[in-house]
Amino acid sequence: MAAHRCRYLACLLLLFLSVILVTMSQETTLGHEQHELVIRPLHSGDIYASFQFRTVWETDFMKGNKVSHYRLFPKSLGQVISKFSVRELHISFTQGYWRTMQWGQPFIPSPPGAELWVWFQDSVTDVDATWKELTNVLSGIFCASLNFIDSTNTLQPSASFKPLGIGNGTTDHRFLRYATLPREIVCTENLTPWKKLLPCGSKAGLAVLLKSEKLFHSSFHSQSVHIRPVCQDRQCKSSSWELRQALNVVFDLHTSGQSKREWSLFKMFSRTLTEACPLASSSKIYIDVTDNPQEEQFELSPATPLLSQAVVLGDRRTFSVYDLTQQVTFGTVRSLNLMIRWKSSEGDMLRPLLHAERYVTGYGLQTGEIHTLMYNNHPFRSFPVLLLDSVPWYLRLYIHTLKVISKGKDNNPSYIHYQPSKDRERPHLLEMLLQLPPHSVTEVTVQFERALLKWTEYTPDPNHGFYVGSSVISSLVPSTVAMETNITMEQPLFSSFFPCKEESSYFARVYTEPLLVNLPTPDFSMPYNVICLTCTVVAVGYGSLYNLLTRSFQVEEPNPGLAKRIANVIRRMRGVPPL
Amino acid sequence: MYFLASLSERRRGQLAALSIAAVVIVVGVPLWWRTTETYRAWLPFSQIKDLSKLQLHLSADVEVVFARGTLTPEQQKKLPLTQTQDEEHAVDENTVLRYTHEIKYRTATIMEEEALGKPTAAEADLSLHMLSESPCGSSVVYVIPEVSSLLPENVKVYIGQRRTAILRINAEMRAGKTVEQLLAVLKPQIKQVLQVMSFSHTDITAALSDRVRFNPGSKESMTHSMRAFTSSPGYEITFSLLNPDPRSHRLHWDIEGAVQTYIQPFLTKLSPLANFSIDSQMLHYAMLGVNPRYNNDRGAFILHADSLAHVINPVEARLGSNAASSNPVLNFLLYVPDAQHSPLYIQDHKKMDVPSNAFHSPRWGGIMVYNVKNLYGPEAEFPVNININMAEVMGVFLTQLRLLVGMESSPPPPGFLVAPCGSVGLADWELDRLMWSRSVENIATATTTITSLAQLLDQIGNIVINDNIAQQVSSAVTSVQLAVAELEAGNLGFALQYSKETILASEKAFFDPSLLHLLYFPDDQKFAIYIPLFLPMCVPILLSLLKMASEARRRYREKQAKKD
Repeated sequence: MAAHRCRYLACLLLLFLSVILVTMSQETTLGHEQHELVIRPLHSGDIYASFQFRTVWETDFMKGNKVSHYRLFPKSLGQVISKFSVRELHISFTQGYWRTMQWGQPFIPSPPGAELWVWFQDSVTDVDATWKELTNVLSGIFCASLNFIDSTNTLQPSASFKPLGIGNGTTDHRFLRYATLPREIVCTENLTPWKKLLPCGSKAGLAVLLKSEKLFHSSFHSQSVHIRPVCQDRQCKSSSWELRQALNVVFDLHTSGQSKREWSLFKMFSRTLTEACPLASSSKIYIDVTDNPQEEQFELSPATPLLSQAVVLGDRRTFSVYDLTQQVTFGTVRSLNLMIRWKSSEGDMLRPLLHAERYVTGYGLQTGEIHTLMYNNHPFRSFPVLLLDSVPWYLRLYIHTLKVISKGKDNNPSYIHYQPSKDRERPHLLEMLLQLPPHSVTEVTVQFERALLKWTEYTPDPNHGFYVGSSVISSLVPSTVAMETNITMEQPLFSSFFPCKEESSYFARVYTEPLLVNLPTPDFSMPYNVICLTCTVVAVGYGSLYNLLTRSFQVEEPNPGLAKRIANVIRRMRGVPPL
Repeated sequence: MYFLASLSERRRGQLAALSIAAVVIVVGVPLWWRTTETYRAWLPFSQIKDLSKLQLHLSADVEVVFARGTLTPEQQKKLPLTQTQDEEHAVDENTVLRYTHEIKYRTATIMEEEALGKPTAAEADLSLHMLSESPCGSSVVYVIPEVSSLLPENVKVYIGQRRTAILRINAEMRAGKTVEQLLAVLKPQIKQVLQVMSFSHTDITAALSDRVRFNPGSKESMTHSMRAFTSSPGYEITFSLLNPDPRSHRLHWDIEGAVQTYIQPFLTKLSPLANFSIDSQMLHYAMLGVNPRYNNDRGAFILHADSLAHVINPVEARLGSNAASSNPVLNFLLYVPDAQHSPLYIQDHKKMDVPSNAFHSPRWGGIMVYNVKNLYGPEAEFPVNININMAEVMGVFLTQLRLLVGMESSPPPPGFLVAPCGSVGLADWELDRLMWSRSVENIATATTTITSLAQLLDQIGNIVINDNIAQQVSSAVTSVQLAVAELEAGNLGFALQYSKETILASEKAFFDPSLLHLLYFPDDQKFAIYIPLFLPMCVPILLSLLKMASEARRRYREKQAKKD
């Protein structure tokens, strides 16, 4: 054990030295570009790979001077920021649902579909018009249907989404807009423009691994772009823009590995690494080896002497580090193909401290009930969570039926922000601050009624159902180790996305599943049928009336009955006079 | 008795049928018409029809000033004098161009004499400009005697940086002639000067290309007119530095400073024409679309003029569109070839090196190849830091920008000396020429837009015309009329202003999305909805009306027969 600790110490020292080297090289060269790939073998046997690319642009943007010369920062995004006076922009495209129960917390969480939230600068006068224009421009940049964001799915959360960069002062939620499109399908056409924003494109460095045919052959895929202002130095006298591009992907190894638990860069991405992007000041691969200190679970090759420790999501993790800017990393074959070979096949189930789920109950097409379940798995500590629920207007919430129950007792929210919907104008917004008791399940239920839509408002396949976006649960989860609160400290990208204010807890955001709700759907040929039927009824009535009015009626000789006529025919044949 | 009753019954039936038909026609049809009609605001169709026949009248003021020693005293007595030169061209059956130059002849003032006494033409030009500033669109020609040392030998005409020209006349031209004779001799020379300094017929017809179909004879003017960007209220200029090899070259360019020194003065001068915005970016790993061939004799890579057409497309995908505006983009690319493919030279069709090592693509932008191979030795350590010489680069880009904006640099006629354009990169008279042709181009484009919109709206009755579209159309029409009137009055600045307004308004009306709402409402669906109601209601009415008509005719015939 003592030897073990000694090794860690040495590694930490090594890490410290490398950090100093990095900061020095940053000052002399371009130095505004960091690339990172974290690979974490998950307990379920899947592999979680998380790419992060960070570009820092040292320019004073708050003074409103027109900046138009771009070097590493992509021009298209820079123009968007300056034209629409954006202070912070977060956009994510996700395919699949992150299974918190099996996989733990992701480094950057995102809901299924597309999510966009933007803080505008307080110089913007007409926020709604700017937001509309911004979504249209972004849908062009990312080839996504963000132009479907309108007032019926835009929210102004009052507490759940706070600025992540330096913002000092104005956190007036009038300047915040939040929207999700749970139905958005993410594919290659979204990945290509995303890759184009990287300074090296997909030509060099870690980005060569991003081959779309492999990335989309996975259990979970999420790509995001985050722009925010950050401090330029430790004193924070001047600020700069930070652009983070993150791509998270979970590969299912059971299906792709032919029951052999073996994994390599080549198998996963059908590429190996040969060089770092020459524009990047640091380019590293981290492999999570926390559960494998003595190589009893898996074997990593090639081995690296470099170890690093970081506190991420309230847990101290150990990583093997491969620095791509060093030639040594690529060895004699000038190519890096990381490989993990599992020894044991069993992984134990992970219990995340916080996770949540959501579903709809009820039968028929008139009413229903939304259930949101939040689990606190901490054995003895309770912690607060902020629940944000956005429900489209066509599900009419009965807010008086709102019930929050934990451990069989009513749990009174300490803060409720509820904004009722307006038909065809805005959705329901429900925000609650709740205290989750230790080791408990908290259930939030609310009943709703399904509205009838106008026939042009139905989607092309209305029987598929209508999506309701994920609930967002933001919380400060108690951490097991002390968190690093100094955000300007040099630390790996994956541990520095959410700024941390407190040592004893970490910020986590959990998204629930989106809901798929059936609405009463008419038969769409019905309007024409109704027209035909009513017209026929009117025509029949009108015809008989018309006949009554215009025809003249005369008394006619009564017709002889059928029997009599037949009798007459027979009588005529017999030559007898008719009756 | 029975017969009478049946007759009155039939009469009643006929009356009922008639009254139902009357109700349907008087109430039903107008009601249906009112409730299903599409809203169509009033458009000034008659004025739009007038626009299809365009008579453009361009007029400009010219002053001809005679310096001391060019006129005899009795000739001087006849001055000042005004003449008008008129020309008329029918471009096609709907477009007529008329040019008027109002020429005022006068003698020079003492101050002007003093200015003309300066040692060089450039200084004289400057001090004449200080004396009086001639308005936009006009020009001044100073006539100086042969003995003057202002112009070098064998130069007849000097064209300055502003709106002045200096013309030298020979002694024999003026000897013993009346003023009228002298002016008649001078006239062709002044006309030649005006061809250079003011609007020329080729320019104006090129500007009309939107309206008038080209006769394929003039290939030269065609390439010229295709090169320049079409008129637009604004342009985005993007400078991109392409670095295909960031591992070997670390490039630094001072684009902010270079734009400030070289490009901004030029654009400030052009600001009456359009708004320009500038940005720049650096693209790494951006390759050209063709592989240059290695030439052993030269020891260099060669890019032939034939293959230049394929260079742009793969680069264009990386350039990115402008997210913030919809104005046309002028791209200027500086390509630094990678270390393995250096140096790289562009050769023209005659296999000669292009001295600037650059080329431009019509209505797109320019590309310059910047070789850095000779800036470092073979044992240099990669990546090499390289500072790009912006003066060299911007000189090339400025020339290309001039061409793309539409400034012609055709060689002047023999005996003419054109002053170098100086730090601004643009002489006043060049700007005037551009403003003339841009005004005409705007007017031509706007008239075609409005007339085709009116035609479209006239043809398709389903289109809804909202009030705002009608308003845009009428404002476009008024602005066209104003612009044409200002051109005729010789107020170039106002004419350009109105022509810009008209083009904005007409485009806005033409591309308004509300025009599309009901455009594709198909007729068969309409009938499918109408038929179930209309058919069973109208058929009995029509039948009984027919029956009544035939009965009336039969009775009429019977009456005739009785009369006979």
